Amino acid sequence: MRKWLLAGVVLAALAVVVVVAVRMLMPPPDDLDLARSKPSDGGTYVVSVEPEAEPVERGELHAWIVTVALPDGSAVADAELTVDGGMPQHGHGLPTAPASAGHIGDGRYRVEGVRFNMGGWWVLKFGISSPAGDDTAEFNLVL
Amino acid sequence: MIGMRPLPLLIVLLMALALQACSREDFSEDEKALIGQLRLSQLGPLKPDPSNAVADDPRAAAFGEALFFDTGFSVDGTVSCATCHLPERQFQDDRPLARGIGTTDRRTMPLAGASHGQWFFWDGRKDSLWAQALGPMEDAREHAGNRVAFAHRVERAYRDEYEAVFGPLPVLSGLPDEASPLGTAAQQEAWDRIGDDRKTEIDIVFSNLGKALAAFQRTIVHEETRFDRFAEAVIAGRRPEGDAEFNSLEVEGLKLFIGKANCIDCHNGPRFTDEFFHNTGVPAVAGLAGDRGRAQAVEQVLADPFNCMGPYSDAKEEECEELRFMVRDSPEMEGAFKTPSLRGAANRLPYMHAGQIATLEDVIDHYSAAPAAPGGQSELRGVIFTDRGRAALVALLKTLD
Ligand SMILES: [Cu+2]
Repeated sequence: MRKWLLAGVVLAALAVVVVVAVRMLMPPPDDLDLARSKPSDGGTYVVSVEPEAEPVERGELHAWIVTVALPDGSAVADAELTVDGGMPQHGHGLPTAPASAGHIGDGRYRVEGVRFNMGGWWVLKFGISSPAGDDTAEFNLVL
Repeated sequence: MIGMRPLPLLIVLLMALALQACSREDFSEDEKALIGQLRLSQLGPLKPDPSNAVADDPRAAAFGEALFFDTGFSVDGTVSCATCHLPERQFQDDRPLARGIGTTDRRTMPLAGASHGQWFFWDGRKDSLWAQALGPMEDAREHAGNRVAFAHRVERAYRDEYEAVFGPLPVLSGLPDEASPLGTAAQQEAWDRIGDDRKTEIDIVFSNLGKALAAFQRTIVHEETRFDRFAEAVIAGRRPEGDAEFNSLEVEGLKLFIGKANCIDCHNGPRFTDEFFHNTGVPAVAGLAGDRGRAQAVEQVLADPFNCMGPYSDAKEEECEELRFMVRDSPEMEGAFKTPSLRGAANRLPYMHAGQIATLEDVIDHYSAAPAAPGGQSELRGVIFTDRGRAALVALLKTLD
């Protein structure tokens, strides 16, 4: 009887080890929103993003195209963009300071100087300012 | 004793399961993807360096190789690049702190594949290999030379080699024997007395020495290791054969490296480095001033006349993307140092930017303990290793020799 109890303790301990190990691996959350087009956080804009070239390669400096529209679909040609981001699970920011190279037509903006130096869950945060208002939009990606 | 009682049986079963989990056929698809990215075969060709027009010119590389081994480019004829970057020792010197004319405050870095990175020195205070090469030549603790003396030496010993690559040397007659904006007080005074046009001519010669040295260093490459042969077999779905076969300890080390131990976060890709800067809470060196690492290098690289945007660079400003998109003000860069490649690291102790940690076992204990940083914030999240786990990681690192 005592032996079975011991076995139970061993199994429980193993279960704890497994749980701890899984937590340390920290995969991105299952329900991560990977949408590449969404309303900005305050609803002022609809923002769409895509890397200039797919697939995005770890370690490579590259550009993204960010498209800004009003909720009625009309393009926003006079926005100022700021870029920020990082890895939420690692607690660090981007390894570069990407910047918008300005409007390239149809509400599209080229954001240059993006690099992801690790695999895992990254966030890109855009600040958008135009006469329509100041707003932000966040996008997730997993590398 | 006949038969097994339930508890020993259970333990045997669990051990069998644990072993099963470590057999080489048992890498998950996610694990295979991670193992695959680490293969040397995934290291692309060197990217061109637009700031160095002769980066891939074999004549420049041959000239650079001669310079690399020439002790004539030092204050007393005793120090060359190879004094600290010993070719037979992975182009490093096995010392905690590099020793030229004096002793520096950093560990000598190995050179294989270095040109795949974007920033040079442990703190990245140079943005090209050629600009990097100029630093030690005038550092009082290393070559302790000066750029005017270097120009005279080129004229005496390397005129043909120089002119074949870079065109005619400027006229040096009338210049002092020694002068540099970074030299001794007397050398700085002598430099101040030289006219601006001639200063520029000297700086062009000086920067060209860096460009030749860089061309040579671009030819120093990583060699395939047991790890690469094992990983190629895993990715191809073949059974690793001969020395490519990993024992269970090495497999366990690999699983830890790409899994629970989080090593691959920073030590990723074929060079096992993300080529970026991290604060890992490495202790300060007694007797040395606090080292802020990347945090103090940002201003230095921006102010460097030999950076990618400077007058001695061959690049157009828009080609200087690393400098243009450099992170300038980030608290994360306080006490941060460049992630070193782990290729060959097992045979390259001591470790860290000033050789603070003596052995691989101690390094793993450091990552396990995750101490607070002497300055800034350590990124480490402590991972607890068993003795076997620690031995497994060491075994894995030895497959990269
Ligand atoms: Cu990260």
